[in-house]
Amino acid sequence: MIAFCVRRAMWMVLTLWIVFTATFFLMRAVPGGPFDGERALEPEIEMNMKRRYNLDKPLPVQYGIEMWNYCRGDFGHSFKMGDYTVNQVIAEGLPISITLGLLALGFAVTLGLLAGITSAVFRGGWADVLLMLVATIGVALPSFVVAGICIIFFVFLIPLFPAAGWGELNQLVLPALCLGAPYAAYIARISRTSMLDVLSQDHIRTARAKGVGPVRVVMVHALRGALLPVVSFLGPAIAGILTGSLVVEQVFAIPGLGSHFVYAALQRDYTLAMGLVMLYTVLLYSMNWIVDISYAVLDPRVQLK
Amino acid sequence: MSTDNARPNDSTSKVPATKGMSLTQDAWRRLRRNRVAMVSLWTLVVICVLAFFTPLLPLQAPDFTQTSLQYAEPIATPFWLPTLELDTELIASTPEAVAQLETELPALETALRQADQQFDRADAALTDDLTQEQRKEALTTEQARYDDARFALRQKQAEIQDTVQQPYRKLGFANLGGLSRWMVQMRFALFGNRSINSVCGRDLLGRDMLSRLFWGARISLIVGLVATIVSLSIGVTYGAVAGYFGGWVDDAMMRLVDILYSVPFIFVVIFLITILGQEDVADELTSMGIDRITVFFFVVGAIYWLTMSRVVRGQVISLKNELFVESARSLGAGQARIIFLHLLPNLFSVVIVYLTLTIPRVMLFEAFLSFLGLGVEPPDVSWGLLANEGIKVITPVKIYWWLILFPSMALGVTLLALNFLGDGLRDALDPRLRDE
Repeated sequence: MIAFCVRRAMWMVLTLWIVFTATFFLMRAVPGGPFDGERALEPEIEMNMKRRYNLDKPLPVQYGIEMWNYCRGDFGHSFKMGDYTVNQVIAEGLPISITLGLLALGFAVTLGLLAGITSAVFRGGWADVLLMLVATIGVALPSFVVAGICIIFFVFLIPLFPAAGWGELNQLVLPALCLGAPYAAYIARISRTSMLDVLSQDHIRTARAKGVGPVRVVMVHALRGALLPVVSFLGPAIAGILTGSLVVEQVFAIPGLGSHFVYAALQRDYTLAMGLVMLYTVLLYSMNWIVDISYAVLDPRVQLK
Repeated sequence: MSTDNARPNDSTSKVPATKGMSLTQDAWRRLRRNRVAMVSLWTLVVICVLAFFTPLLPLQAPDFTQTSLQYAEPIATPFWLPTLELDTELIASTPEAVAQLETELPALETALRQADQQFDRADAALTDDLTQEQRKEALTTEQARYDDARFALRQKQAEIQDTVQQPYRKLGFANLGGLSRWMVQMRFALFGNRSINSVCGRDLLGRDMLSRLFWGARISLIVGLVATIVSLSIGVTYGAVAGYFGGWVDDAMMRLVDILYSVPFIFVVIFLITILGQEDVADELTSMGIDRITVFFFVVGAIYWLTMSRVVRGQVISLKNELFVESARSLGAGQARIIFLHLLPNLFSVVIVYLTLTIPRVMLFEAFLSFLGLGVEPPDVSWGLLANEGIKVITPVKIYWWLILFPSMALGVTLLALNFLGDGLRDALDPRLRDE
């Protein structure tokens, strides 16, 4: 386990270094800087600004400084958002995005598992067919389409939730639902298959023969085995929710990291974009790490390598 | 499509599953029995054919703005709507005008070359101890001359393009390729200026949704297809090489794939597109004949090959010690020949399944980027862009439901069909399910 974690940490450092180097040189390869706006600046002012972003030094020195700053966790100043540093932007956006993401993941797992187990237990019945149809559609539809449909239904036709904004609980529900929907659909499909698999195994028959009640058989004896594929899907699901939040935050006007990233990309705010790319890499990598470990905890047969 | 690509299996399959029936025939038979997959297949065929022949269909022009008809609701009566007439005289006169303009091109090209040479000479004449800033300073006049010459050439090229596109642009078509221009001409010859009324409503600028859907299909589909093929060629080559050579080559190549797997590519791609979309860079790329969609093809192709390479590598490893490879080698076949002519045809079923499952992912990604405003640019349209336009105009006062519903449905149906077909193909081609 420890050896696994050490090795993983080393790979993470290597990955981060590659991403960092690639984005850094891409960024510097582009002509122009943060300040070629509409009007030309005085040479002195330009000099000052260049100094602020360390652009007056030769490239290898810039690379070194930047790397050291990143190691200390200082992502520098935003190119376009005046006084903000990238760290401030992250500090504002990250909690929002994490709340949204966790809620979406919660929705995805609970709804997905419920649907998957139900349709596995009632295999071939109308509930199974209906749930799997919805799940297949959910897998195929992009999240902004789901969001659009949800807005039409739950905001305008049946006014249950507000269309946009952030802060109150009822503003959270709809975005989290839209963000989690495709993954709920995936989880439903996966858990149905694995549940069917487990339910046909011998130990379930033994449990039934011993007189264990049907609910207990499914929820205790079968669920543990059926969870494994779901857990291994959580890695991609978390990655997808991170990405999906770009769109969902945009649609529901939520001031999270996703909105900032899209803004940074559209406004060509390179420092901000680069900082966020690095942050997302770290997030994704550590999430996958956690998923791998929990996989090993759930299934003793799995060897961490 | 599936049968054509899978045919090489016939000659190379080692053990026919059933007597007298080749692997492909068997797979095709299985697929035919899968009703959902067949419906999906036919849906896709219809969508592709319609998308291809869009310029021939009696639709309104996709980019023709009529602000007086802003947000008109879907109507079906009257079914036919008179639209603008194609200016055939202008079209007839374009070749002449273009030829006229093209005679001026060589002079401009020579001027550009000369300016370039002059710049190089001046650059070489400078001493090496100058800083970058000083070099720039010293070369200002040469740089300016070069820029002027390049600008003049570009302008002339743009002028030629304008002359060609003018008759179509007046009607509200985005820039068209040669084949599409011909098809538009045919359409006016066949149907005159009659067009189908806006049965799917109109958008903010009064443009016809139905025709935008059709034109959007062209871009969405072509992006999905081409980007997938790019990723396929990279993935298959990479995986096959790694699997075939094995040893440290394999180790190193697969380690790289492992590292790339843990990079959040979508963010890197957005970053990349941002940079490549920068005006100067975009300008430079356009002059090389690379537009934003082409960039997209390669960027997406470059990230979706990872899974493919793993799958192909596994297959190649299991195949490379087979007798037919041995005999090819003993006959003196080179390594490239063995990989590409002997091993790869055996992987067609894997590749086809992967193809149908990757296309929807790529299309989804394109829609995703277009939705964020980073993908296809107006006046081109794609389904993602249309959905974005629909969602942008949601207001509490009025819902323009047709602006959201129709693009979403088009995208949803296509993606659904592709997913079903992919699943069906996997079931049909999966050797583990064989002879059950």
